[in-house]
Amino acid sequence: MIHEAKLMAELAASQNAAGPVRIDNVSRRGILGGMGALVLALSLTDRAKADEGQTEEQKAKKFGADGMPNGWRDDPKIFVSIAKDGTVTVINHRSEMGQGVRTSIAFTVADELEADWSKVKVVQAWGEETHFGNQDTDGSRSLRHFFQHFRHAGAAARLMLIQAAAQQWNVPAGEVKAENHVLTHAKSGRRLGYGEVAEAAAKLPVPARESVQLKKPEAFRYIGKGKIGLIDNRDITTGKAIYALDVKLDGMLYAVVARPAVYGGKVVSFDDSETLKVPGVVKTVKIEGGEIPSEFMPLGGIAVIAKNTWAAMKGREALKVTWDDGPNAGYDTTAFRKELEAAARKPGKVVRVAGDVDAAMKGAKSKFEAEYFVPHLAQAPMEPPAAVARIKDGACEVWACTQGPQAAHDRVVKRLNLPADKVRVNVTLLGGGFGRKSKPDYVVEAALCSQAVDGQPVKLVWTREDDIQHSYYHTISVERIEAGVDDKGMPVAWLHRSVAPTIGSIFAPDPKHELPFELGMGLVNNPLALKNLRFENPEAAAHTRIGWFRSVSNIPHAFAIQSFVAELAHAAGRDPKDYLLELIGPARKIDPTEIGDVWNYGEDPKRYPVDTGRLRRVIEAVADGAKWGRKLEKGRGLGLAGHYSFVTYTAVAAEVEVDDKGQVKVHAIDIAVDCGPQVNPERVRSQMEGAVVMGMGLALTSKITFKNGRAEQSNYDGYEVVRIDAAPKAVRVHLLPSTDYGAPLGGVGEPGVPPVAPAIANAVFAATGRRVRELPLRDQLST
Amino acid sequence: MDLILKRQMAAMIKLTVNGAERSFDGDPDMPLLWYLRDELGLTGTKFGCGIAQCGACTIHLGGTAARSCITPVSAAEGQEITTIEGLSPDGNHPVQVAWRELNVAQCGYCQTGQIMQAASLLKDSPKPTDQQIDENMSGNICRCGTYPRIRAAIHQAAGQTAPASKGDRL
Repeated sequence: MIHEAKLMAELAASQNAAGPVRIDNVSRRGILGGMGALVLALSLTDRAKADEGQTEEQKAKKFGADGMPNGWRDDPKIFVSIAKDGTVTVINHRSEMGQGVRTSIAFTVADELEADWSKVKVVQAWGEETHFGNQDTDGSRSLRHFFQHFRHAGAAARLMLIQAAAQQWNVPAGEVKAENHVLTHAKSGRRLGYGEVAEAAAKLPVPARESVQLKKPEAFRYIGKGKIGLIDNRDITTGKAIYALDVKLDGMLYAVVARPAVYGGKVVSFDDSETLKVPGVVKTVKIEGGEIPSEFMPLGGIAVIAKNTWAAMKGREALKVTWDDGPNAGYDTTAFRKELEAAARKPGKVVRVAGDVDAAMKGAKSKFEAEYFVPHLAQAPMEPPAAVARIKDGACEVWACTQGPQAAHDRVVKRLNLPADKVRVNVTLLGGGFGRKSKPDYVVEAALCSQAVDGQPVKLVWTREDDIQHSYYHTISVERIEAGVDDKGMPVAWLHRSVAPTIGSIFAPDPKHELPFELGMGLVNNPLALKNLRFENPEAAAHTRIGWFRSVSNIPHAFAIQSFVAELAHAAGRDPKDYLLELIGPARKIDPTEIGDVWNYGEDPKRYPVDTGRLRRVIEAVADGAKWGRKLEKGRGLGLAGHYSFVTYTAVAAEVEVDDKGQVKVHAIDIAVDCGPQVNPERVRSQMEGAVVMGMGLALTSKITFKNGRAEQSNYDGYEVVRIDAAPKAVRVHLLPSTDYGAPLGGVGEPGVPPVAPAIANAVFAATGRRVRELPLRDQLST
Repeated sequence: MDLILKRQMAAMIKLTVNGAERSFDGDPDMPLLWYLRDELGLTGTKFGCGIAQCGACTIHLGGTAARSCITPVSAAEGQEITTIEGLSPDGNHPVQVAWRELNVAQCGYCQTGQIMQAASLLKDSPKPTDQQIDENMSGNICRCGTYPRIRAAIHQAAGQTAPASKGDRL
């Protein structure tokens, strides 16, 4: 399908987003001309053009970074520059949203370069994938796809410095050593600083890739050590870090937009007479929109442009708009849940089959069935969507907190009908992303507002209400699982129906089935050792914008499967951990294509098989960490869940207490992760800590409901997230060791989330005997 | 003095921001948050919710933590306001140092508000318990989920007798 192919490319290109700190955005002029001391200057390489001339099919067969739009680069002349004073500047082309990518990429380059970390700076790239390689910061991919390439860039730059010193000294390059920012020739005792040869090195050709030797892991200074603090730490702690909302340009105006409350709604008429009386309001402008599917384009509405944010907000309050709510005016999630349940009780599109489920079900000793429900969720990053745009001499320049600067660039080009080279998207730091900032509707709004005031700079601000009521929501889902078990309580037949509106619905008109990447997030690639199984995906329509939320479809799939396994264990009178491990079966490497997963997170199925041994190990690690099997106080319970996602293995053991009022307190979480080699163990740890908190939020309190087409929550009062008083006193992160840096890396940003909710639900069952099959679970225990 | 000028003088709100005297003649209902950010360019104070639900906008008003998003400029008349930019002359308040040493931040957006709240807490309770921390800090949301480290950093800052200057880069 054309739509699907296009979507997959889009998706491949667009999942999570983030931003930079000091807004040291490289302006192109800055890099090429203004920073004369930077002697390894940027240049387009031939490699950048390597992708051209290939068919879609050829591209589709590539894996990892090769398979992403615009692929990867490893040319040191793109990413590394060294000033005469020795300062090393690394250009980071991935968005920073808290995962620490600016730090990790910079020290990866610095390590291979043998640079002194105190002399390393990071500069944020603008959005230009043909130059930098893929920039879509989502899908837990940055280091997975770029670690080896950045190692290469650093090592190639080191070789160039060595060659330049060798030439200057007239000695063989093999006799020159680069170590911690100094080049030495042992025989003659000569030394040169990096800055002293940088200019000569920059004039050398980039060495052939095969001639560049990467360091041996034993020689790493920074990689894998977890000793480097965040490069933006000082700016963050002193208020100097610049997010999109903090960008200020001379003569800048401020805008907010009144958007249709219902997806697909349109402005019929509006009266801005009271708005224009608000002191500071400059202008109102209608933003066209309301198309379904909306893709990444604005929802439409009326923008109010003013001299400060407050005036814009007051002006918006004074607007009188008559809306046509459009086809989704009746969206009601209570009623829609019933539709999903009805669909889950009937056969649907078969997405994976093995053996003969129906026959095995008939022959089973007993049968179990359960339905699990997960509501819509909003990413609600602490910095709401925001962007600044200005248009000057026919060119639009944008500063945005975006996970996908290329996607943002392309949408501005399209909507403003500008030549591609007349739009520049600068990437700020992102105050959280979680998938929301992969969709640049707000960037286009900013550009349209600037256009409406003759190109004057405009900061487009989303309030929290705007954010929560106009998210690209996590889908809403019913997962129904039926199992027939043998006389030992082990399943002999397994039927799983997954029903959820697809993210494809923002790209194509009314698709009804989940896309391969959604099915591949824990449904079709369910690695349990099941002989007779059938997975189905009945139809579901979308009535609001559906988008990526950190870990995406893994949330409902892991919740259902890991809860159901614990239910079967209980029915069999077995220990949940033993039962889960038995059901996973012996350690083996499963080719994902052989279990119907054509996606496998875009990775080569040969390099990244589903390894049940690794899944077993993370489960065992958290069981050990939580002292599984110990006796607990009354009212307390331990629950367990493991999951494979983003080619990484995670497991969670949760210890909860449920009091007699039904209040759930999570006392301790053990989380184990096997993501292959860890470039920055300190940030892997912090990502797991954060994933625990986010997973707890969706497990316990967070939900978005719709009535009359409108989201019923609007701020953190109604959309409740975890606060510090609910955070566990103990979060123990277990990093499974791997020192083979040639081995493929797994994702880190997202895989911590999926096992949290089922582990908590299983713990609640252990504590109370009550099985909760709906998230969030808080309100269900108080009755 | 003509009447118009007189009226303007009357409408002029005077306040002190990070030690500097300021005056404002705009909408007295404008929340301090937007005055600090849009008018003074002090963007370390963040917008997160606008209804005192998240604490990203936390400042010190007369020495105590306050939510600038719901505090009208008029309510700050004559008072001393401290923002993250003015918390410490060199950025080395013990809380800031502890935050860096423990790498508390992920995206960092909420952390200036967290730091301002924590600094206020330590002023009142120099050795807070976990429970005091939870009670005092529960108005500050971190969507990245850095709470375990926030707790640890507050304890660490509480144990410090003098501001240290290390910690930017471990």
